[in-house]
Amino acid sequence: MFRPVKIAEGIYSVGCRDWDIRDFHGYSTYEGTSYNAFLVQGEKNILIDTVKSGFGEEMLANIGRIMDPKKIDAVISNHTEMDHSGTIPLVMHKIGEDKPLYCSKMGAKNLKSHYKKDYNYQVVESGETRTLGNRTFTFLETRMLHWPDSMFTYMPDEKILFSSDAFGQHYAGDKLFDDEIGEEIMPHARKYYANILLHFSPRVQALLADVAKMNLDIRMICPDHGIIWRKDPAKIISAYDQWSRQEPAKKALVIFDSMWESTAKMARAITSGIESEAVHVRLMNTRKWHRSDIMTEVLDAGALAVGSPTLNNGIFPVVADVMTYIKGLRPQNKIAAAFGSYGWSGEAVKILNKEFEEMKWDMVSDGVKVLYVPDASDLARCFDLGVTLAKTLKEKLSE
Amino acid sequence: MDKWECPCGYVYDPEEGDMDNGIEPGTAWEDLPESWVCPLCGAEQEYFEKVE
Repeated sequence: MFRPVKIAEGIYSVGCRDWDIRDFHGYSTYEGTSYNAFLVQGEKNILIDTVKSGFGEEMLANIGRIMDPKKIDAVISNHTEMDHSGTIPLVMHKIGEDKPLYCSKMGAKNLKSHYKKDYNYQVVESGETRTLGNRTFTFLETRMLHWPDSMFTYMPDEKILFSSDAFGQHYAGDKLFDDEIGEEIMPHARKYYANILLHFSPRVQALLADVAKMNLDIRMICPDHGIIWRKDPAKIISAYDQWSRQEPAKKALVIFDSMWESTAKMARAITSGIESEAVHVRLMNTRKWHRSDIMTEVLDAGALAVGSPTLNNGIFPVVADVMTYIKGLRPQNKIAAAFGSYGWSGEAVKILNKEFEEMKWDMVSDGVKVLYVPDASDLARCFDLGVTLAKTLKEKLSE
Repeated sequence: MDKWECPCGYVYDPEEGDMDNGIEPGTAWEDLPESWVCPLCGAEQEYFEKVE
């Protein structure tokens, strides 16, 4: 059981840690995650978000250590995704289904689609402020960050932002605040951004501009996953600003798979070529690296070489998996090249080039194709491709 | 006529309109009624960006 943690006067973190989860809808969570929910006590007792189905009793027990859960007067749902709304039916059943459920317009629609219930949805507009008992809440729609229903809840008196999935991290541990965990949390926050929010980067930029315009004084950020940012909330805001700009670093990735080691040899030669130009490089075999870890590296990589053998006239399935995943997250400002070995038809390179084109990545060449097994001159061509990629990236960065 | 894209991925194509919601083919983005929202996710028009 999780000890409810007081985060401000009368405000508690009452969510649950999921220590065991290792695959979060296709995202590798080596250190589990947490489903954060928050109880605001006052003349009215308000629950902000809930936890994933299966964790409901634990959350209610956490709340029970502070007060009788039946005394919750209203629920605020910042986000409909089931890891945060999965226990709304349980909570509403407990407190009475006529109790108000505050959410965005799309929240009401989406909660209904999920739970098939006509709860007492209280739709709030973006920028709207509601006083519930002696507490004040301002709601800010954050549409498509990362669902149509997503919103933030801000408490202007306490200066606390409940940010839903934004600024979160998949991490379960005994450290609950940024000042307790330090820098160790940043790779988790970065992975979360790359895998959940990257394709909404233009919306993140717009949101940060809105927040700046509103002049919100944010003393604490409480996301729905991972640690709470209380010492330095500006740190994660500025990291989001940086990540959402998608500025390329002097870093390249060579992502590949291989059937008979030929494409692997090509990948290693390209890697050497990149290294020879003193550009940081990572060689990532798609059957050794989880797609979500590759994605985290894609976030700031300026150049990518992607290699696939041709299998049955197509791209190798594991490379296709990773490419589909990367493409969905729409990384921008990349320089790219394709490569691969083939036996007779050799479509893979062409297919990869088409993928690059669709993502608006700049290709440095048509790529390198090798029949069956690369010889020394083929590997020299691969090395040169690495050099070209690295040089093109350096030129771009010096502009 | 310009196409406009919603953050959710839906693209409004004036040539196709949005017949399910009473928008005739050939209706330019500028001529959409104010009440028209993204048919997939419900986003208002201000969220859309022009497809370059």
